[in-house]
Amino acid sequence: MTIVIPAAPAPPPRKYGIDFTKPVLYGFAVILCVLILLPLSWLFLYSLTDAKGALTLANFYRLFTESSFYDPLVTTFIIATSSAVICCAVAAPMGWLVARTDLPFSGVIRALVTASFVTPPFLGAIAWEVLAAPNSGLLNKIFRSVTGADQDVHLFNIYSIEGIIFVISCYTFPYVFVLVANSLDRTPGELEDASSILGGGRWYTARRVTIPLVLPALLAGALVAFLQAMTLFGSPAILALPAGFHTMTTKIWSLFQYPPKPELAAAASLPLLILTVFLLRAEHMILGRRGYSVVGGKYGQPRLIPLHGMRWAAFLICVLVLTLPVFLPYAALLNAAFSPVATTFVTFKNATMHNIYFVLFELSAASLALKNTVILGTATATIGTTIAVVIAYVTARQAVTGWRVLGFLATAPIAIPGIVLGVGLFLSYTRPPFVLYGTLWILLIAFVTIALPSAYQQLQAAFRTIHPELEDASRILGATRLRSLWEITAPLLRTGVIATWCFIFVGVMRELSAAIILFTSETKVISVLIYDLNESGDLGAIAVIGIGMLLITFAVVTAVNRIPGFGNVRFRT
Amino acid sequence: MAKKLSKRDVLKGAGALGLSAFAVRVSAAPVAEAVTPALIEAAKKEGKLFFYTAMDLQFAETLGKAFETKFPGIAVRVERSGAERVFQRIGQEYASNIHACDVVNTADQAHCIIWKRNGWLQPYMPEDVARHFDKRFFDPEGHSITTRILISPFGYNTDLVKKEDAPKSFKDLLDPKWKGKMVKAHPAYSGTIMNSTYQVARDLGWDYFVKLAAQNVMQVQSATDTPKRISLGERAIMVDGAGYLVIRNKEAGQPVDIVYPEEGTPIATSPSAVFKDSPNPNAARLFQNWMHGREAQQILVDYARQYSPHDQAVEHPGVRKLGDIKLMKEDPEAILTQADDVKKRYAEIFKV
Repeated sequence: MTIVIPAAPAPPPRKYGIDFTKPVLYGFAVILCVLILLPLSWLFLYSLTDAKGALTLANFYRLFTESSFYDPLVTTFIIATSSAVICCAVAAPMGWLVARTDLPFSGVIRALVTASFVTPPFLGAIAWEVLAAPNSGLLNKIFRSVTGADQDVHLFNIYSIEGIIFVISCYTFPYVFVLVANSLDRTPGELEDASSILGGGRWYTARRVTIPLVLPALLAGALVAFLQAMTLFGSPAILALPAGFHTMTTKIWSLFQYPPKPELAAAASLPLLILTVFLLRAEHMILGRRGYSVVGGKYGQPRLIPLHGMRWAAFLICVLVLTLPVFLPYAALLNAAFSPVATTFVTFKNATMHNIYFVLFELSAASLALKNTVILGTATATIGTTIAVVIAYVTARQAVTGWRVLGFLATAPIAIPGIVLGVGLFLSYTRPPFVLYGTLWILLIAFVTIALPSAYQQLQAAFRTIHPELEDASRILGATRLRSLWEITAPLLRTGVIATWCFIFVGVMRELSAAIILFTSETKVISVLIYDLNESGDLGAIAVIGIGMLLITFAVVTAVNRIPGFGNVRFRT
Repeated sequence: MAKKLSKRDVLKGAGALGLSAFAVRVSAAPVAEAVTPALIEAAKKEGKLFFYTAMDLQFAETLGKAFETKFPGIAVRVERSGAERVFQRIGQEYASNIHACDVVNTADQAHCIIWKRNGWLQPYMPEDVARHFDKRFFDPEGHSITTRILISPFGYNTDLVKKEDAPKSFKDLLDPKWKGKMVKAHPAYSGTIMNSTYQVARDLGWDYFVKLAAQNVMQVQSATDTPKRISLGERAIMVDGAGYLVIRNKEAGQPVDIVYPEEGTPIATSPSAVFKDSPNPNAARLFQNWMHGREAQQILVDYARQYSPHDQAVEHPGVRKLGDIKLMKEDPEAILTQADDVKKRYAEIFKV
């Protein structure tokens, strides 16, 4: 469509002579480069040197010849692939049910998915240890007492590769769910109506209209799930050692034991990085130019498909699935918090307040860790959202030359396991000119970098669905790019921005892998505290802290969604 | 006097190494120090203390609280993880010029040797140590003091295993009936296990671990975790770990008991040290002094069920006397040179 502008009269002179867009955008580009390129450069450098600093390829040679390295590589690949498949298989139908059907209490289902999303994977893993350890697990105990089976017989064994895949899927599927459900939420009903009016049946419409519209989100979800599972440290750190194998992340962590071998760790992380870059390229090629601007100046409410008699059955299935990441683990944590021994069922007779007393009055590291976590969560969420908005805008609107590079940089950290990023940052910021180790700053940088990819992808998806015609109109009427961004785009993005803020805050609570490298006694965070407690097997204290952590998270998510003036925003993660 | 004799010996023709060792010994003979009101006052001004330790968290916090009660106004913050991780942490912090640790308690004597060699430790000799500790329990120059003596016996869950069926020796653990029923801690995380792994490998050969690994042993990190796993009933037998926790849990009514293996029980003496660049130097000295005094050492015996090097600590019935247990021989100097090799071989054998 061509817009014809009348030749006369001449446009009024602009009030603001300078467009600050470019300097601001380039400023962000520089920040991003420093954030990501500095640690990555150190990693590359280290991977190509030996312990003395001489150039060598020996690290890579060891990586692909020693079974202690390529076994974890294979294990990680199996875990990531299986988790991604399971996540899509569970999350896509659930997302569709919630977004496009008249499923009863769909708000409850969304809230439960949110709950499983905000549950830190390491906490979930510990809870599932209490539930499904082969001998002491509560579920196995129930199984034995119901069937009268022998002590050696067990139904579940969480200390196995299947167990790890299961736990990782429990806390990764929300990523896929959110992408699918949000995409379906935004798909206007008119398109489907048009199909129906033209004679397309319900399934034909789904196959030819709805599914193609949601496919980009599903593919992106599968990719995110794969990458999450591949780079996750929390769950494997809890379960892999007792299960008797390493994943890449736990292997890399073990390389930092004394004497640290950062050069090997750097080399070990590069296959993950290369695989990720390859996957991102593949996604791009599959989706090609297929992007859909579905929110233009006009908007149609999505049309809900009646499920009729299947309504309650569908609801029940959703709740049953969500029992696994939410109800059962939370119940296990509650049991552990009040039980004398974590895997003994609490009764009125044996219930104890000891764990709560211990955490509140004896555990000397707790209050500082809590304070640090809240400070870091708030700061990371605010800074991370700001950066993500700007970069998502730049790439969505191709506002500066080199926007592709920016987009790549913002996505790149997802390929770096947090633990490796931690080391990269450690190498970067323990030497002049930036000596940040031992301060909260280094953790802030780590958390912002880690949060950036998903925040960026979320906001970019949000931008993609807002057609530039609205901004174009504003600019044609004389506003600068920044002004139209502020007055037109920002209000439209409000929901997405708030969701992203919460997303990052929650992400900081969950983050363990980089923190475990970067913390000092003064800058300890809750996740590290829980990891230390797990090392010494203090399950009762973990349960109390974990429940406290979840309560804080829920409080923040609820509060942010209810800030007056922000309107009634539905938080969709 | 012995000192003069050694001086003459050295002068007679010992090498430069002996000479320098002698020179250090004479120059740094520490003066035993009491807890003075001035020290307490200065410590209270600092108001806080960072205690890095490998001891069981519950015990460490109890010790910290007892100190806070005795000296109000000085908050003890406990940083607990396995001794090998404590060692890694301090190394990482010191490499970046972060001097956060006041007092450290590790379970691996080799650590103190390395820190001392690096010049990181502050010689400090509390009065009680000079008076009531045997010489083998402190560094002659006062850089480190043995706080507690740990042993790493077997443990078992009495609900799952009858007393007469419980394994009596390391050899018994290779019986196929224990396959999949044992839990073991890891020498890359725990100092106690670094000691026990070295001692068992030395006395029984690495081949023993190869056979043990074929028994499908569950692997955890800390020596303080294995006792909890048998309390949970997750595994029937604890191959190694903190014996004191099994005793504590047994006395708390949990279905667990201890076995001293026939071949000998691995031992680890656990030293503490004050850091030279300690941010709270007075509080650090006060804590180090108090921790090795009668009161804290008695808490160690009564509450934590560990062995005290203090000759006035009163034994608490229910624990076999250290002298009555057949112990393996501790060798920190060997661990100093072989720790990396131990970790590497262990990882190859157990795959983690």
